[in-house]
Amino acid sequence: MADALAAPLPRSQRIQADIRRFFHWLTSPHVFLALIMLVLMAYMVIVPLYRMVRTTITFSENDLRYAKGAVIGDYTLFHWTRMLTSKIASVMTFQPLLHSLTISLGATFLAFTIGGTLAWLVIRTDLPARNLINVLAVVPYIMPSWTIAMAWKVMFNNGTTGGIPGMLMFWTGTPPPDWIAYGPLPIIISSGLHYYTFFYLFVSAALMSIDSSLEEAGELAGASRARILGKITFPLVVPALLSGFIMTFAKVMGTFGGPNVLGVPVRYYTLSTMIRSNIAVGAFGDAFVLAITLILFSMTTIYINQRIVGTRKSYETIGGRGFMAQKTKLLNMKNIIAAVVISFQVVVATGPLILLLWSTLMLRSGDYSLSNLSLVHWIGKSDLKVNNGEPGVLRNPAIYRAAWNSIKLSVMTAFFTALLGIILGYSIVKGRGTRLAKITEQLAFIPYVIPGIAFGAVYITMFAKPVGPIPALYGTFALLVIVSVAKHIPYSSRSGVSAMLQVGRELEEAAAVAGANSWRRFRHIIFPLTSAGFISGFLLTFITTMRELSLIILLVTPATALLASLTMRYSENGNEQQANAVIIILIVLVLIGNFVIGRFSKGSLQKGLGG
Amino acid sequence: MATTITIKNLTKRFGKVVAVNNISLTVELGTFLTLLGPSGCGKTTLLRCIAGLEDPDEGEIYVGDKIVFSRPRGISIPPGQRELGMVFQNYALWPHMTVYKNLTFALEIKKMSRAQMDERVKEALAEVQMDGYGDRYPREMSGGQQQRIALARMLAYRPKVFLMDEPLSNLDARLRMDMRGELKRLHHVAGATTIYVTHDQLEALTMSSTIAVMKLGVIQQLDTPDRVYHYPANLFVADFIGNPKVNLMDGLVKGNNLVNLGKFNIPMKTYGATGEVVVAVRPEDIGISSQPVDGAVPFSAYSVLPAGSDSTIIARLDGMEVTIKVSGISKIKMDERIWLRFEPEALNLYDKKSGELIAS
Repeated sequence: MADALAAPLPRSQRIQADIRRFFHWLTSPHVFLALIMLVLMAYMVIVPLYRMVRTTITFSENDLRYAKGAVIGDYTLFHWTRMLTSKIASVMTFQPLLHSLTISLGATFLAFTIGGTLAWLVIRTDLPARNLINVLAVVPYIMPSWTIAMAWKVMFNNGTTGGIPGMLMFWTGTPPPDWIAYGPLPIIISSGLHYYTFFYLFVSAALMSIDSSLEEAGELAGASRARILGKITFPLVVPALLSGFIMTFAKVMGTFGGPNVLGVPVRYYTLSTMIRSNIAVGAFGDAFVLAITLILFSMTTIYINQRIVGTRKSYETIGGRGFMAQKTKLLNMKNIIAAVVISFQVVVATGPLILLLWSTLMLRSGDYSLSNLSLVHWIGKSDLKVNNGEPGVLRNPAIYRAAWNSIKLSVMTAFFTALLGIILGYSIVKGRGTRLAKITEQLAFIPYVIPGIAFGAVYITMFAKPVGPIPALYGTFALLVIVSVAKHIPYSSRSGVSAMLQVGRELEEAAAVAGANSWRRFRHIIFPLTSAGFISGFLLTFITTMRELSLIILLVTPATALLASLTMRYSENGNEQQANAVIIILIVLVLIGNFVIGRFSKGSLQKGLGG
Repeated sequence: MATTITIKNLTKRFGKVVAVNNISLTVELGTFLTLLGPSGCGKTTLLRCIAGLEDPDEGEIYVGDKIVFSRPRGISIPPGQRELGMVFQNYALWPHMTVYKNLTFALEIKKMSRAQMDERVKEALAEVQMDGYGDRYPREMSGGQQQRIALARMLAYRPKVFLMDEPLSNLDARLRMDMRGELKRLHHVAGATTIYVTHDQLEALTMSSTIAVMKLGVIQQLDTPDRVYHYPANLFVADFIGNPKVNLMDGLVKGNNLVNLGKFNIPMKTYGATGEVVVAVRPEDIGISSQPVDGAVPFSAYSVLPAGSDSTIIARLDGMEVTIKVSGISKIKMDERIWLRFEPEALNLYDKKSGELIAS
């Protein structure tokens, strides 16, 4: 029966065997899916990046004004020399870069101070009302990142650059100075107050993971409380702190909303807002030089973080979730401290909303007195005397269209992201150890290092013209879905992998031995066992997409406007009250989404904070 | 319903590690073959290759006359079409399905009628003494019960070959003992060809009709439990099988049928071997006496370990240490002088260099 093994098979049969073998390899589900994912990711990530780099080294029509004798399509270092060494380099590149770094550092320090202190108080002291503090800490992060910036304007606008004078100016009669109303200080404060949640969760998780026996061992060795804190506790959380620091830094670097609301009016540009203004005038090459700079900065910080997380993991094996035997006693200070903390949190969480709401209720702009309150901006008919003739937001079809677009985009992004997550998780986990799986996993990580605004920029030229079978996508809704899904790939692959790791491989193998084909295995075994992860991934993506601005700001058109982009458009056009009303609608939708998440999966917001 | 399994020149590599190294093997009809070896010896990989869960890098596998895998021909039949059943180490019961659903999963694929499925489930559950557990979910059962259900799931679709990957290793010692008896009975009744993977020599010795002892991807000895125990093919097998461990004593052949063990000589068949050798003797095969006996060697009792049904005595003579096992509680005191007798027919002789058994 098996006598043919010794003698070499004839050539034709050998080729046939090779073909069979190749086919067998190709049709094993993880290989097949990994290949599809590779093609998809090449299309969604690699090609756009390549196009972006190429744009920076080619002449475009737009350059003819500046570069004499340039031929469209020729290779050139024109954009790089112009942005990095020419007379305008300082204004175009280095000042924005400096501003971005200033804001990132400032906001990160602020977030660290607030979040770290709160985490320590909640986890390591006997502070009362810890649950309430826990809940309140998450609120600022749920809201869109530029909420506080918009509220800041309502409070502190001094009329320097027009717009509605702020509440402070109305009550006191004197305009606040420019350095309070605009520029780095308010941007740092508004971003820091938004991102402190991130730090809070990061540090409290690290503090919680320290096994109390490590500290007790120090105590038994005769160390004082201060010495234990300094020599044992602190070194154990340092990696987590650094990691949180770097992540926050990278996030603020790529943020667009705050700098656009509070920086651009006084020409305080950051890299992200400068990218936008270059794109607005069609200087794609120049914009992409900035985008690449931003990406490089982001990559470096994340690389450093990876190194640190590597060492951090080795700590995690030391600490279990130990019962915290000893908490620092705050004694008679504890109620006072709790009151201070909670009132601070309540102000940060609700203050901006109240200011925004108030501003939308003013009939005459800039008159904050109670007698001036009205619902005209919400339900008023179109009136030329109010809001340049725009109707109240609840009567405005443009708002409904944008809300519908936002919901549609979030649902579609969430669905495709969750789906990709399962497929990526499957092909990465099942293919563990193969080169294909490794490449898939690494490729899936790339969007993580590209800040949102740069990612959006990448997509502008990518689909401006039809490419092969793919039609021109610029200005279409599909482009927004694609970019949102692409940006979420790292998170989806990460959650897909962890969901898939929880399904032991034997469960699928048992089904294979029982005779189930791959589709049946997926439908009856894999999917039912990962569906909880699928649903929570879906909901998390839903709310992060809902409040996303920097990613889509460069890609929306009036027809595909979203709530997030609409707030920016109204704000830039001077219709601040409309803008504030829209952001309130957006926050309400996000809160509803968040409530639904809370019902479906407990505490999963912390898991999804990578978004 | 049973069938044979033929493996030809099978090799499976993971990167640079050769997990299965050019193994050829025929499993006869109705055999209970155990793949035995330390962890990392390739036993599980070999089983997974047969099941179709891994694709080997070289070789061929036949189930009966049917080729299920052939590297040279590029054939690899999916696991489900190889007519094998498998029990996994951690049972791999689908947690979201009831016992009934777990058992009928494969039957539904075969498009069996509802009545037939009920019948099969009933039979299979009866066979593992789990009648009436059809509505339970896996997590609602104890480890031992889950293990029985995993077995029933395999029985329900009546495969031609049973594959078992350390199915008892997650059970406690007592349950393991009970299940050994049941598994052996099951094999006796069903008569299906069975390949069983374990690192537990006791399981292998008690249950198998054939044992394949493996090391580093190579089968060291393929034999009956009796022969594997009494005539280990090489020093690795001799050392791996048996508890307490076999005594391995370095020696020098002193002419025909006489081996010098340092302080003393013992007579034994040397089959014409010369030079350095190793003499192996099982602890229970050494005669022990507290009085001088003709032909016995005087040792001193270094430690005495009575364990109810038998006792282990560790004896020393200068640098040499020998373990002896006697039945019952030993009366020998520590440091007492004892005389050991090595019966020539109980001794195995190994070549020191190659470690291979020297026999006629």
